[in-house]
Amino acid sequence: MQKNVQKLYSGNEVIVLAAIEAGAEAMFGYPITPSSEILQGWIESASSNRNLQFLQTEDETSAGFATIGSILGGKKAFTATAGPGHVLMQDPLSMAENLRIPFVAIVMQRGGPSTGTVNYSQQEVNLAAFGGNGDGLRVVYSASSIDELYSLTIKTFNTAWRYKFPSILLGDGYLAKMKTKFSPSKSIRPIKSTEMLEGKKNPTYLRNCFSSEEEFGAELDKNIADWNRLRSQIAESEVYKINDASEIIIAHGLVAQASKEAVEIMRNNRRKIGLFKPITLNPIDSRTLNKVSSGKKKIYIVESSRNQLSHIIKYELDKFCGEIVEISKPAQGFTAKEIVNKIEKD
Amino acid sequence: MIETMPKCWNQKTKPHFFCPGCGHAIILKQLGFVIDDLKLEQEVKFFIDIGCSLLAWNFYNFDTVQTHHGRTTPTAVGYKMAKPKKVVIGYMGDGGGYAIGLQSVLHAAFRNDPVTIILVNNENYAMTGGQMAPTTMPNEITTTTPTGKEVKFGPGMHGPELIRNIASDKAYIARTSMSAPEAVKIAIKKAIKTQIENNAFSFLEILSICPTNWKTDAEGSFERLKMAESYYHIGEIPPQKSSQK
Repeated sequence: MQKNVQKLYSGNEVIVLAAIEAGAEAMFGYPITPSSEILQGWIESASSNRNLQFLQTEDETSAGFATIGSILGGKKAFTATAGPGHVLMQDPLSMAENLRIPFVAIVMQRGGPSTGTVNYSQQEVNLAAFGGNGDGLRVVYSASSIDELYSLTIKTFNTAWRYKFPSILLGDGYLAKMKTKFSPSKSIRPIKSTEMLEGKKNPTYLRNCFSSEEEFGAELDKNIADWNRLRSQIAESEVYKINDASEIIIAHGLVAQASKEAVEIMRNNRRKIGLFKPITLNPIDSRTLNKVSSGKKKIYIVESSRNQLSHIIKYELDKFCGEIVEISKPAQGFTAKEIVNKIEKD
Repeated sequence: MIETMPKCWNQKTKPHFFCPGCGHAIILKQLGFVIDDLKLEQEVKFFIDIGCSLLAWNFYNFDTVQTHHGRTTPTAVGYKMAKPKKVVIGYMGDGGGYAIGLQSVLHAAFRNDPVTIILVNNENYAMTGGQMAPTTMPNEITTTTPTGKEVKFGPGMHGPELIRNIASDKAYIARTSMSAPEAVKIAIKKAIKTQIENNAFSFLEILSICPTNWKTDAEGSFERLKMAESYYHIGEIPPQKSSQK
């Protein structure tokens, strides 16, 4: 490379680097825009690293189940998908949720429902957090920059393997495809993967089908108790200029990035406004949310979906007496100026 | 001494939970004898589908994973990639293999993934109450073909013949019938040896009986099985001479 020429990285490229840093050893995927370059990048990395395995499968369900098979064999495996592929991915995600398999899915959101657009949305929050035929015992992270895609990819792997809940990182088409300068942040020590089928003296039986309500209920109670015990350790958020604020914007992902800029613009106009950015959408950092929203006049929930984040936030808000304003543009992005205009018109 | 029970059977779970007279138990017994003969108890990993096959989740003294309907094959393939020295067997019914999971079976065959798929064909969806399967033969009455299976729903699906078309020449593809348990045992052994010795895909369909849903007694069950044996071809389906796969 020439001197003074800096390589620019796309979000998808950064995810591959982070997955390798997190100790990932195998990837299974089916191409879908805007996540395809994760599979391509992984395969390119595998061409010079014999420890990395991959398979381009026949569909997303197979990608997910082959990921599960690989994890059972002790590999740190993952998949990446988007939109309609994420819908199909609910099948393996449900099995991972039932059997406490540390499953990682990177989801680059696109416009929906249906094939929608290949560009951008925040409409896969419900699907990631509460999809499948269970109660949503999955960890969902949302990245708002390429740097965060890197650090949160590593964190998603570590969370999955530490707590044994399926873990999903949400990005979007803009983050996936945009290129920017990037230098990896300090790495987190990866958690070791262990075989789930050990073939020792006592056989391992993994089943997801039970014949009595009581027997299955006991399994679910155990998982829910773990979730309730661990949720405060897992939940993460970031606050910005919140201390003297009388109003708060709540936004995640790229919209949080635009909202931060909007806060700056409005602060210059002497409006006392701050930002609460959930980093985990499931579980939500409800302790911080309730602390920072207490006594505030207004909350603006800004998102590129029809109130998916808002439903989660409203459920978690405890004793908030102010006004909640929902600003939503399903499958469309926000500029900071647009957010300012909407809030100042209100 | 004639062995009556395979050593690798989990005796604590016997008698089994299949319906009285079900073909699965006879087939699983033959599979058990093969695992004993080849001394594979520590090496085998057993992946089972949803449908009646799910009742085998604690049938043996070896690791067993129950997956989702039609998803046994990709789970087994992913595991085999992680642990290539293990002997990986997928076990499913005709709904799991020829309807909801056909795409995955075909692609595993197409890629020549070194796993063994055993598919039990009882010509109906038994666990859900005897509905039409792709393998239900013309004119047969099921709960979703109450006046008999019509031509518009297709004839009985010939799975192994279909798979042979895209499988590698190294793959072992065959159909057998549980009316001849010794032949079942020989075929299972050949399928597993194909995985171990040739590092190739193997697929075995086993015609079976379902007294509960076909509402047949012992004699009637085997008369029906004879019909199935004449409708479907029994034996190995060899690679076509012209193929170079």
